[in-house]
Amino acid sequence: MYRIRLFATRHARAFEWLYAGLERVMIAADPVFRRIGYQRIERPVALIERAAKGLLFDCKMCGQCALSSTGMSCPMNCPKTLRNGPCGGVRPGGYCEVKPQMKCVWVLAWDGASRMKNGDRIGEVLPPVDHTLKGSSAWLRVSREKAANLRSATEAARTVVAQSFPAARRNEPSTAPLAPEPPAAQGRTEA
Amino acid sequence: MTETLFGAPPRYPDVPDGQVSGSRLEKALRAGKFVITSELNPPDSADPDDVYQAAQPLGEVVDAINATDASGANCHMSSLGISALLSQSGYDVVYQVSCRDRNRIAIQGDVLGAAALGVRNVLCLTGDGVGAGDQPGAKPVFDFDSISLLRTLRTMRDQGVFLSGRKITRPPKLFLGAAENPCVTPHEWRPERLAKKVEAGADFIQTNYIYDVPLFEKFMARVRDLGLDKRAFILAGVGPIASAKAARWIRSNVPGIHIPDAVIDRVEQAEKPAEEGKRICVELIQQIRDIAGVAGIHVMAYRKEHLVSEIIREAGVLQMGRRKIAQPT
Repeated sequence: MYRIRLFATRHARAFEWLYAGLERVMIAADPVFRRIGYQRIERPVALIERAAKGLLFDCKMCGQCALSSTGMSCPMNCPKTLRNGPCGGVRPGGYCEVKPQMKCVWVLAWDGASRMKNGDRIGEVLPPVDHTLKGSSAWLRVSREKAANLRSATEAARTVVAQSFPAARRNEPSTAPLAPEPPAAQGRTEA
Repeated sequence: MTETLFGAPPRYPDVPDGQVSGSRLEKALRAGKFVITSELNPPDSADPDDVYQAAQPLGEVVDAINATDASGANCHMSSLGISALLSQSGYDVVYQVSCRDRNRIAIQGDVLGAAALGVRNVLCLTGDGVGAGDQPGAKPVFDFDSISLLRTLRTMRDQGVFLSGRKITRPPKLFLGAAENPCVTPHEWRPERLAKKVEAGADFIQTNYIYDVPLFEKFMARVRDLGLDKRAFILAGVGPIASAKAARWIRSNVPGIHIPDAVIDRVEQAEKPAEEGKRICVELIQQIRDIAGVAGIHVMAYRKEHLVSEIIREAGVLQMGRRKIAQPT
């Protein structure tokens, strides 16, 4: 709904906080999601996501949510679906070139971003939308990716060892292991 | 260098050091010349002579000619066709690409084709909505936006790959441009948006019409604060007003053009409105050229190409670091 969408950008700071919290919960739930299988929970989560974000942001389920970088104003509501800022046709008063009765999505976005803690993320260049991801859950995509990044970060220390001792790694791989340790080998303490 | 048959010059020459495209526009800008560009009104015709005739009066005074891509969402001869014809006749052309009508597959392919046909400057535009044009029932594409298009073309040029990652054996040598509209809302964010375009890969900027110099000066002050004038060449857009009636019509019907009332009043009260409109344009150029960070001007005169050369001569900008005049062969 248009009015709620305007409300969301006016309260972008609160929604940013809410979103950060949701993301932490989703990342924490990653082991559970993996056990059930991301594929199996995709549909129910996408349904919830569609309902919640549809109400709040007029979400179009592009599957590649950028709300946190766009001042909580969904860029898919732009009639030109611009992902990187307003076009040159914005009307006086900040109204849309194509739909003159609607506020420009990007005028709202910059307004929302100026209220947010990480509002400067609006300056990041976003790629074009991948239309194969349409309708899928962006929430799950983020939590899966960020959780995977966290996992690989814990392995990064070992990688640095491997990189710093290339000869050892080449000749005696077991002294500077690169591959993730099998679960049985993890969490062992010295006898 | 690629091998050529019978010692002929290479069809796809390497780029001189310190340049990305080897275009004359790039060369002139990097040499610090005050550059003049203009746009050609595309013919509704399949006859190449119509293109050459329209280009003739511009070629005498400008460094490069923009070939517009169905501007205002009105159908005309394609910008690729015009760019190819003019490039091969010895003009330096700015090939305009709008995101409105083509998806990423078409655009990446077209740009390779354009480069093969001799085009070296590309202007990346979002494009006016289809509703503004003569076929409002058309499907708007907008697969890219101007900024993701810039980044894509830069990737093709510098990394030598398509967006898919597939390799391009001879990458396109392109001088990448973008538009900016300094006098239109949201004024306070326009410089930030320009920063994003520069970050995405813009080497030069051509602005939309400027009739409000104080507003443009404010914009440029912020642009200088952000250091953008050092990272991209900024050409300010100007154009003559034909009459007060035309100006009012343009202001309310053409997206993204801001004309202050004072300017329209001046045209309205003049004895010869068209003369006054031209005079205003000359004065605008003279005011704008002195603003720090402006690297040149882009003169747009819809269906009045002959006026462009008069305006440029009267404004006295031809003497500002003159270059070789582009002549068709």
